[in-house]
Amino acid sequence: MQFLISLYINPAVLDALTEEEQAAIGEGHGKFLQALKESGELITTQALADPSQAAVVSVRNGQPVVTDGPFVEFKEYLGGFYLIDCENRERAIELAARIPDTAIEGLGVEVRQVMFADGQLEA
Amino acid sequence: MTARAIGDLLRELTPQVLGALVRRYGQFEGCEDAVQEALLAATVRWPAEGVPENPRGWLVTVASRRFIDQLRSDHARRERESATAAEVVPPEVPETDDTLVLLFMCCHPALTPASQTALTLRAVGGLTTAEIARAFLVPEATMAARISRAKQRIRAAGSTFGLPAGAEREERLRVVLHVLYLIFNEGYTASSGSELHRADLAREAIRLTRMVHAQLPEDGEVTGLLALMLLTHARREARTTAAGDLVPLDEQDRTRWDRASIDEGSALVKAALAGPTLGPYQLQAAIAATHDDAATAEETNWAQVHALYLILERIAPNPMVTLNRAIALAETQGPPAGLELLATLDADERMAGHHRLLSVRAHLLEQVGDPAGAYEHYRRAARATASLAERRYLEARAARVRPPARPGARGQAQ
Repeated sequence: MQFLISLYINPAVLDALTEEEQAAIGEGHGKFLQALKESGELITTQALADPSQAAVVSVRNGQPVVTDGPFVEFKEYLGGFYLIDCENRERAIELAARIPDTAIEGLGVEVRQVMFADGQLEA
Repeated sequence: MTARAIGDLLRELTPQVLGALVRRYGQFEGCEDAVQEALLAATVRWPAEGVPENPRGWLVTVASRRFIDQLRSDHARRERESATAAEVVPPEVPETDDTLVLLFMCCHPALTPASQTALTLRAVGGLTTAEIARAFLVPEATMAARISRAKQRIRAAGSTFGLPAGAEREERLRVVLHVLYLIFNEGYTASSGSELHRADLAREAIRLTRMVHAQLPEDGEVTGLLALMLLTHARREARTTAAGDLVPLDEQDRTRWDRASIDEGSALVKAALAGPTLGPYQLQAAIAATHDDAATAEETNWAQVHALYLILERIAPNPMVTLNRAIALAETQGPPAGLELLATLDADERMAGHHRLLSVRAHLLEQVGDPAGAYEHYRRAARATASLAERRYLEARAARVRPPARPGARGQAQ
């Protein structure tokens, strides 16, 4: 079963952390990634650039309209994700609980099952 | 010989070659890699040079050389004397068939089902890591890591090459059958993407189960599982539309069912049921055979289906079995009786919000003339499933029973 583990970050919460705490998060993700690779459960992971750099695209009267900034103004933004393939939902939740963000108030880790997939997996 | 025939031959020989190597050198992990390399070499050379006179001997020799080379280079890397490496004498090609021993090894209890299935397909099925990765829709690197971790686990568990005895053997055989069942299901319930590859998984599961059946023809559950696969696989052409939409059993064009597969499956069920033991696979196969026997959905012997589910519920209690029995009960005693049985599942937390429970209830509500309730349950079931094909089907059913919006009325009609 494939699951998307989405990481919702709050820039204000991250900024309020000490350097050590921030380093610990980075290290925690590194370890998590390594473990997923070794167990053969990682499909891919990506981290996104800051939401302030986003462009929202719409087409009106056939003309594209581009505005700066995220689509929804929220405190939390999608910061990145892990796409995994594991035994079942319980295992996905068990894995998600190892992500350092889960221990920090104000950061969100969400697990959702994949329903459809297409495209090249080998990049 | 065509490339396809060569591929078939190679997959057939895989367990025999691997068995020969492990018997001689003892290291499952290294031997398995060496056999994969030999298979690859054969895939490249045989189509051009022709199949050797003794293909099994050829593979054993090439795999042995690869194994010894690897052993030597490992030693060299550790800056040790290479003299300790064994001399390259290919093992005798054995008369015994090691398929079962290898299957038992791949289905070691220290492994997760996902690892058991992957390793089984590679070491016994002779599929490459890339093929297995494609079949399970994951990158090759993911599958390679999974297989290598599985082999390390087996080594760490101190597994020895041989059949376990007594109760452990029986228990391990159940795991092997479950793994084969999982491989089959993975292929059968293909819901997205490379459906062709996934259908191949169902065929591969049937091929492997045939190999087990050839070794253990007297085992009722092995026979039952093979029959179940054949009887289910027989409906594959009728099960989806050209567009990939699911067609429920009662609406399938039964002339498109594979008659030969049904005949073989039915004969196997009969043989299995005549044996001394009765197990869940035999009963499921008997149920599938009952459906396959009916020329039209109306001719289905639902009383027999219900009776078989009742026995299955007794020997292997499971809410899914009860759910299926409710469908049969609705057919024999009417939808209200089915709904009543479904109500007993509401307290089961394994079933709470399960899309199958929601969709069966929706069907039965539709039959008792409660379109609003049916609509609500079809919609909830559609949201609960993780299969795109199933969701499309459930949404179509919901649209069919949707109560017409009354002009001026808000919300749902009665």
